[in-house]
Amino acid sequence: MEMKEITQERIEALRAGHKVLAEFHYEPRPVERGYAGKTLYVNVSTNTIGAKPVDERMKRTFIGGRGFDLWLLWNAVKSDTRWDSPENEIVIASGPLGGIVQYPGTGKSIAVTISPLTGIPVDSNVGGYFGPLLKFSGFDALEVQGIADREVIVFIDGNAGLVQIMEAPEESVNSHILAEEIVALFGQTPQEKQGVSSVSSGVGAEHTLIGCLNFSFYDPRRKLTRLKQAGRGGIGTVLRKKKIKALVVKYVGVKGDSNHPTDLETIQQVGAKMHREIYERDPIMFTMRLDGTNHLTKIMNDYDILPVHNFRYGSHPEAEKIYSPHFQKYFVYDAPDGCWYGCTLACAKFAAGLELRTGPYKGQTVTVDGPEYETVAGIGANCGIWDAHAVLEANFYCDAYGIDTISFGTAMAFAMECYEEGILTPEITGGLKLNFGNADAMLEALHQMSRGEGFGVIIGQGVRRMKQIFVERYGADPQFLQDIGMEAKGLEYSEYVTKESLAQQGGYGLANKGPQHDEAWLIFMDAVNNQIPTFEDKAEALHYFPMWRTWFGLNGLCKLPWNDVEPADNRTRYKGIEAAKVPEHVENYVRLFRAMTGRDDVQSGADLIRMSEAVYNFQRIFNLKMGSGTREHDAIPYRSVGPVTDAEYESRAERYDQQLRELVGVDPSGMTTAEKRQALRRYREAQYEKLIDAVYKRRGWNERGIPTLEKVRELGIDFPEVVALIEAHTQKGT
Amino acid sequence: MIRVNNKWEIEWQPGMTIRDLLVACKFTHHYVAVSVNGRLVPAEEYDTWLVADRDEVQVIHIIAGG
Ligand code: SF4
Repeated sequence: MEMKEITQERIEALRAGHKVLAEFHYEPRPVERGYAGKTLYVNVSTNTIGAKPVDERMKRTFIGGRGFDLWLLWNAVKSDTRWDSPENEIVIASGPLGGIVQYPGTGKSIAVTISPLTGIPVDSNVGGYFGPLLKFSGFDALEVQGIADREVIVFIDGNAGLVQIMEAPEESVNSHILAEEIVALFGQTPQEKQGVSSVSSGVGAEHTLIGCLNFSFYDPRRKLTRLKQAGRGGIGTVLRKKKIKALVVKYVGVKGDSNHPTDLETIQQVGAKMHREIYERDPIMFTMRLDGTNHLTKIMNDYDILPVHNFRYGSHPEAEKIYSPHFQKYFVYDAPDGCWYGCTLACAKFAAGLELRTGPYKGQTVTVDGPEYETVAGIGANCGIWDAHAVLEANFYCDAYGIDTISFGTAMAFAMECYEEGILTPEITGGLKLNFGNADAMLEALHQMSRGEGFGVIIGQGVRRMKQIFVERYGADPQFLQDIGMEAKGLEYSEYVTKESLAQQGGYGLANKGPQHDEAWLIFMDAVNNQIPTFEDKAEALHYFPMWRTWFGLNGLCKLPWNDVEPADNRTRYKGIEAAKVPEHVENYVRLFRAMTGRDDVQSGADLIRMSEAVYNFQRIFNLKMGSGTREHDAIPYRSVGPVTDAEYESRAERYDQQLRELVGVDPSGMTTAEKRQALRRYREAQYEKLIDAVYKRRGWNERGIPTLEKVRELGIDFPEVVALIEAHTQKGT
Repeated sequence: MIRVNNKWEIEWQPGMTIRDLLVACKFTHHYVAVSVNGRLVPAEEYDTWLVADRDEVQVIHIIAGG
């Protein structure tokens, strides 16, 4: 990611510091029907390493990926395990379809841990080569437990059948340099370098709770490593707590049939059809190959959904300054950019020639992957920073320091609103003038996170802890902070304004890990297309789509090739929300799964949904185990439901007045803005509660949001500990 | 009056095309599926298809999002 060469002298110095603390030899065996059949266990406290078998029940119940992660983590932690307890683990897995090279979007890894932000499991889906290379090395998942007493690297050599924990005192911590060092250390030829992937974080993760993981892959054309982020939930913070500099896998020799599928020919056929569709349809649909996800910024601004000034508003006249064209000048288009072999949707954008204006690398010209829509919306629009260079520079530093751009953007926007409201003063912030739009202050706070000093460290604790600190230390009004603090379950919101979409309010509030959009993205279907008008319609969508999207994480897949391109006849063949499911692509996945695993009992999309349902419900019960997972934890801040302040109400007064008349049955004339806000609030908050009731019912949960015993038996997740938990909570009735 | 997505009412104008209606609704997204009284309108006809007063129009935005 950084252009500077690593000298031979530096490599020798790094090597000289390595001391093997533990070693494990195994016999590498080929993957069969998408499964390696074993998982790898590493404990950096005790320096022990071992392999665990994957049995048939584990495959049938948890499928792989996020399912395997959660099962292994469940068995490793107790209900009082905290994120920084030694028994907390980081678990990383691909999935049975992971590593296919004939179909787009198959290189994802899914990382899970007990989150420092939420205290419950967080899952994060990420590109880079780590997951597939881990599987081809012989392991369906890697679980890392313990806290090392010195800086270490965990190294897996999948060709040699060797796993080592090694002391690594000399390597850099910041990912953009460390990932280059790792490739230089473990790969000699370009082919070998492509076979090396690392997972690392950065110094920012050490001083905040919003640390991300960077997953690397080597780009042979540009001769450098690139980074993809498992951003959400502070997994990078856990990695650095464990004193792990990097998890490294090396496997050379990925082939078209490395998964040894049951039926390679079908996989090739389905893949060829999909590639053709992408080439024909992407240029007229969403231009993912040209713009990546940032094409969304303009659309969200046009439809009043782009978060502006801490989610107060949904659009801004200056938003044009951060639309795709302003980033395209940095993008390098010399080759299709996929984050795993064979991804023709190729949305990974590579920005080069970025000259840094601030921070420890000031003056250097660097490269960075991205920016994604979420980064542009969070750091740009939500903080009122209409400056593409500043957004890209913050993107680079977030990645380098190991900080999640989404939590960073949302937390910064919250701090900025508190500053503008007078809750924070320059005395409190150490002189940082945190007005919306102040790019210099935003970048300085980010650098403070890396140095572990100043007010930036407070922002890096996330919105939930900031609320507490501002109330306790600075006398802020707790209700106001609760209303404007965009977090739920302790996780910062990702970047969509949900005020006009009740279904998306539920999509965020009911998400297992906290408000991330990867479970459900229903804003247009709900608020614009009006395709799910009733509570039952919304509940059905909030059942189907989260389950369907979960399935990608079970299989090591990327969701983008599912619905970021559609067959030409999708909208004529299918109506309503059936079309939104993209049935032809669902059928592709049914065929891929069967062809890979040989499971002939899998016949339809409903069979895939059932797989997800088991894991999804298990994760909900995992939340219960950790002291969450009930109705009160599905509460959301009022800023995501409706206008908190008079200014917000007045900015869309015509819309809100009309809703008071038509939906609430109140005549707004003669009412003050505050009275109108209150009337609207009562109505909208009641709507949210009714939505929750409908969704719980559809999902087979009781009114407190706990899956029923009947449901867990039906799904085959009625393990004794699960049953005992449900019984204890149901009897308590609290 | 034209009812759009069973949600908004747009003033009908003589000679109003689908394209005019999309502009009136501020629907800028380039990829939509439009039906008038349940009949799908081919995208090539948005500039020529005339909407009648009291038509029921559905504009489905095809967008994947996050
Ligand atoms: S669509 Fe984009 S994110 Fe998904 S696998 Fe392909 S390149 Fe990676």
